[in-house]
Amino acid sequence: MSLENQIETLRSELTAAIAGADNEAALDTVRVSALGKKGSVSALLGTLGSMAADERKSAGPVINGLKNDIAGLIEARSTELKGAALEARLKAETVDVTLPLPPAPTAKGRIHPISQTIDEITAIFSDMGFAIAEGPDIETDYFNFTALNFPEGHPAREMHDTFFMKPGPDGMKKVLRTHTSPVQVRVMQKTNEKPAASYLTPSQDPPIRVVMPGRTYRNDSDQTHTPMFHQVEGLVIDKDSHIGQLRWVLEEFLKAFFEVPSVTLRFRPSFFPFTEPSMEVDVQCDRSGSEVKIGEGNDWLEILGCGMVHPNVLRNAGLDPDVYQGFAWGMGIDRLAMLKYGMPDLRAFFDADQRWIEHYGFRPLDLPTLFGGLSS
Amino acid sequence: MKFTLDWLKEHLETTASTEEIGKALTMIGLEVEGIESQGKALEKFVIAHVVEAKSHPNSDHLNICKVDAGTGELIDVVCGAPNVKTGMKSVFAFPGTYIPGKDFELKGGVVIRGAPSNGMLCSAAELQLSNDHDGIITLPDDAPIGQKYVDYAGINGVVFDISITPNRGDATGVYGVARDLAAFGLGTLKKTDFSPVPSKGKSPIAPLPQQFSGDEPKAIRKFAGRYIANVKNGPSPDWLQARLRAVGLRPINTIVDITNLVSLGWGRPLHAYDADKVEGTMVLRNARGEEFDALDNKVYTLDETMTVIADDKGPLCLGGIMGGIRSGVTDETTNIFMECASWDPELIARTGRKTGIVSDARYRLERSVDPALTEPGMELATRLVLELCGGEPAEPAISGEDVFANTTVEFPLGEVRRLTGLEVSAEKIEAILLALGFVAEGSGDKRTVKVPSWRPDVTQKADLVEEVMRMVGVDNVPVEPLARLNHVAPRILTTIQNRRRIARRVLASRGLDEAVTWSFISHDEATRFGGGTEDRQLANAIASDMTDMRPSLLPGLLAGARRNANRGFADVSLFEVGQIFLSDKPEGQHTYASGVRTGTAKVDGAGRHWSGKAEVVSVWDAKADLAAVLDALGVDIDKVQVLPEAANWSHPGRGGRFALGPKVTLGWFGELHPALAAELDISGPVAAFEIDLDALPEARKKATKTKPAIDLSQFQPVSRDFAFVMDKGVAAATILRAAKGADKALITDVGIFDVFEGVHVGEGKKSVAIEVTLQPRDRTLTDEDIEKVSSAIVTAVTKTTGGELRK
Repeated sequence: MSLENQIETLRSELTAAIAGADNEAALDTVRVSALGKKGSVSALLGTLGSMAADERKSAGPVINGLKNDIAGLIEARSTELKGAALEARLKAETVDVTLPLPPAPTAKGRIHPISQTIDEITAIFSDMGFAIAEGPDIETDYFNFTALNFPEGHPAREMHDTFFMKPGPDGMKKVLRTHTSPVQVRVMQKTNEKPAASYLTPSQDPPIRVVMPGRTYRNDSDQTHTPMFHQVEGLVIDKDSHIGQLRWVLEEFLKAFFEVPSVTLRFRPSFFPFTEPSMEVDVQCDRSGSEVKIGEGNDWLEILGCGMVHPNVLRNAGLDPDVYQGFAWGMGIDRLAMLKYGMPDLRAFFDADQRWIEHYGFRPLDLPTLFGGLSS
Repeated sequence: MKFTLDWLKEHLETTASTEEIGKALTMIGLEVEGIESQGKALEKFVIAHVVEAKSHPNSDHLNICKVDAGTGELIDVVCGAPNVKTGMKSVFAFPGTYIPGKDFELKGGVVIRGAPSNGMLCSAAELQLSNDHDGIITLPDDAPIGQKYVDYAGINGVVFDISITPNRGDATGVYGVARDLAAFGLGTLKKTDFSPVPSKGKSPIAPLPQQFSGDEPKAIRKFAGRYIANVKNGPSPDWLQARLRAVGLRPINTIVDITNLVSLGWGRPLHAYDADKVEGTMVLRNARGEEFDALDNKVYTLDETMTVIADDKGPLCLGGIMGGIRSGVTDETTNIFMECASWDPELIARTGRKTGIVSDARYRLERSVDPALTEPGMELATRLVLELCGGEPAEPAISGEDVFANTTVEFPLGEVRRLTGLEVSAEKIEAILLALGFVAEGSGDKRTVKVPSWRPDVTQKADLVEEVMRMVGVDNVPVEPLARLNHVAPRILTTIQNRRRIARRVLASRGLDEAVTWSFISHDEATRFGGGTEDRQLANAIASDMTDMRPSLLPGLLAGARRNANRGFADVSLFEVGQIFLSDKPEGQHTYASGVRTGTAKVDGAGRHWSGKAEVVSVWDAKADLAAVLDALGVDIDKVQVLPEAANWSHPGRGGRFALGPKVTLGWFGELHPALAAELDISGPVAAFEIDLDALPEARKKATKTKPAIDLSQFQPVSRDFAFVMDKGVAAATILRAAKGADKALITDVGIFDVFEGVHVGEGKKSVAIEVTLQPRDRTLTDEDIEKVSSAIVTAVTKTTGGELRK
């Protein structure tokens, strides 16, 4: 057989073997059989040494050409086989991506509307330069009433449906605070004593600007009253703080809180023992639909009480009412939350019903800020 | 308080509209709660002509009528009134009309003893216009057929309902309301004739002696009485009945109606006695534990703190509160004794509270009634009695003294601007005060203001500012921005306030829902959770399960979990961040962050899921929640001791305590004790934790915010595994501490990656496998280095734990 014939036979045999190799191992066997030390192509190459010079000159390129061609075919087949193997693996690894995930913890846990509302109120007032002050829930009769100009036996005390603590051995009369106003006195009252606990706000010298959110208690229960509720009190004491500024503070607060461009307030003279003059404030709203819309409409909704701190309260706190003056206000946090977010029944706030919390609650990272927006 | 527009106009000359008056009332502090049209309930009643009335053949008292009610056709009506007759005009109700006096809706198409009836001719009682139900209303012949009766009779009046604040006793009468409106500029106050009425002879009832001993509470101040003989009592005139009815009072008889008229009209309560029913001498004294039949038909037991008007037989009237049945005035009464007295508001309030009696007299007297109106009030009542009932008044019988505050206030006019920001001229301030009855003297910026007797609530400058402000209108106060104290606010929240905020957000991020539960729980729950002492109990709890201030947040959360389970949601995760009470002292109030997980409510979701088994919650979930909060609050978890000391609510073997040193407890975690869970009626495992946010150490104040320089080693860390067999009771924390201590410079981390027990490690033994990370600092570790530290680790662990290296 001529060399040419020999090469062509070998080429066609090997080409068929390469094409027939259906995995990398089979292909490698072909490679060894052809290009290995004892391979058929290698054997052919080995014959070159025993050839005459001119014969080698013509046969060399032909045999080397075969070697290169076969190597190229093996390489190409190898790439092809790798691709097919990868494809098969990918196919085998395919999953149903529509399967639902287990819920992310942050998708489930919710912040109670009261906490969220307190955070919102804090965001607004802290921007206006107010600090957050606190006092105890179990309060003395003195701080809850007497210091706030509720004389002993005064009918105004009766308006409060007070919870009384069982009388203690020290004879000190204690109540569950009926409002957050006692914190006013604790903040204003001059004393050198350090607060008994770290949450208690130390007494301050004017100028004073504080808001005081907290739990309050009254012996009353129906759809709009619960024996425990939340109030936020505000206090400004300086040498020239007056009702004009009180109006500004409340308007700015309510605008920011309800996230509306403007609010219209109606101030009505009223009576509270601890303020003089005293006022109740109504906000203009639209109650025609199923929800209350603040900032539009023709209805009025009572929203808070306020006034100039009563001279007797200033005196009780050791401040001279001819030098210092200021204003205070108080409003229901639960009520603000209900108005803004539309919960119909106050009692549900305290029921720990998971469905209610997850419906009316807020996402863990819905942090109310003025720069990011109070609510999303 | 209710009054009609007509009634107001009797005291106020005004052309103002109902709307203007309503708005003005609210703006001056007499808040309008409602404005109603009095005739609204009677709108459907029309005037009708009885064209024919003939006897019902099947009845001896009914009549069959043909009625023209202006509809163009005659209506068949069966009528039982004795006074119905052909040709008369009366008031007619069509079927479908609500009849207030009968409290039903009239039906049409009825047949009465065989005769059809399509409507009703009405009596005054059926319209609730008087007690007269003897016959149907008879109207003059010229009454226009078909016209609305309310329009024809002029009972389309307006009724105002206003709310009076506790300081405004002077506004509890229409007269006082009119005075305020006049001062506001809405008209002119009409004066009342209080002049004395001439007497005819001596009073058969002597001035009432006050029989009180020295230190007894004495509610009476001045008692003015007047004996009026030969009155002709009976139903009061229509105008008076209509007026009382319009404000929700039931007319009784002329004398009683007069007392109500004066009470509501002038805010001056009166009481009338049937003088013939008085036995012996009338005196003023304190009650002596007697039973008293009051006019509200209830019996009250009176005590020695309450002042009564009594005769020889006992109390006739509970002073300032309510009269008694025994001496009540009836239609047959001919001789009366009219009382007008002034009382101590505080003692009236106390008696009112004690007895629970709510009366128009108490409402006014506890808010204080003008002491200058005691005798004039009696004269006014006398005049009205003579006008409406005739009679001969005897000389007044007066004892005691009124108490006048006679307050004067030094009033710098600049106070108005100082407190309100309002600019009001001196003339305007004076005019307002004068209109309200204050007399201002002086000039320049200072006035000495004499407070009128009816305004005891005004005692100082700020009170006068309020008077001026409410008349000028708060809406006229110019709004002025509150200037900032700092342009950029310094830190606002305190440490504890920040801790609460962060704890909430961390726990919610771990899938727990925030609950807000009652601060008070049942005594039983409080006791179980370490509270229940007397100092934390309410004297007047609203419910038996809300008696004790909570010593822990867990009872509330567990009750919440139970309620959820009862609704069909057994897998819940709840937390609360709130106050608990270790005592009744301010320092006894701590803020805790606590949570519960029930059923399968683990951090990565509750219930079954294709990705894994639905495992129930365990001690580890509680420990993880607790650690997450501490970590978020900046507590170095590596420095916290975890002790195998279970809380009182916890499974003793599956609960622990987080502590910092021997004194500070940061919190507890564990599975709820199965016995407690059963008692609380909660099924399944419950994981719970409590964190005392007040116990966390305050971050040390540093001079600089700069963090220490970072030390990044250029050599790779190396890790080695060791397994030890030791007694089951050895705490993991001991092993870790021992391993770490073997070479503090080289060892940067020790972790436990396997723990198991089984027969092949021996009875009462366990195998613990640890991975130790070594971080070389100055050179790559040689095999020798590693060998050295490894043997140190083995030695330290085996020595400390009594275990041995597992081969």
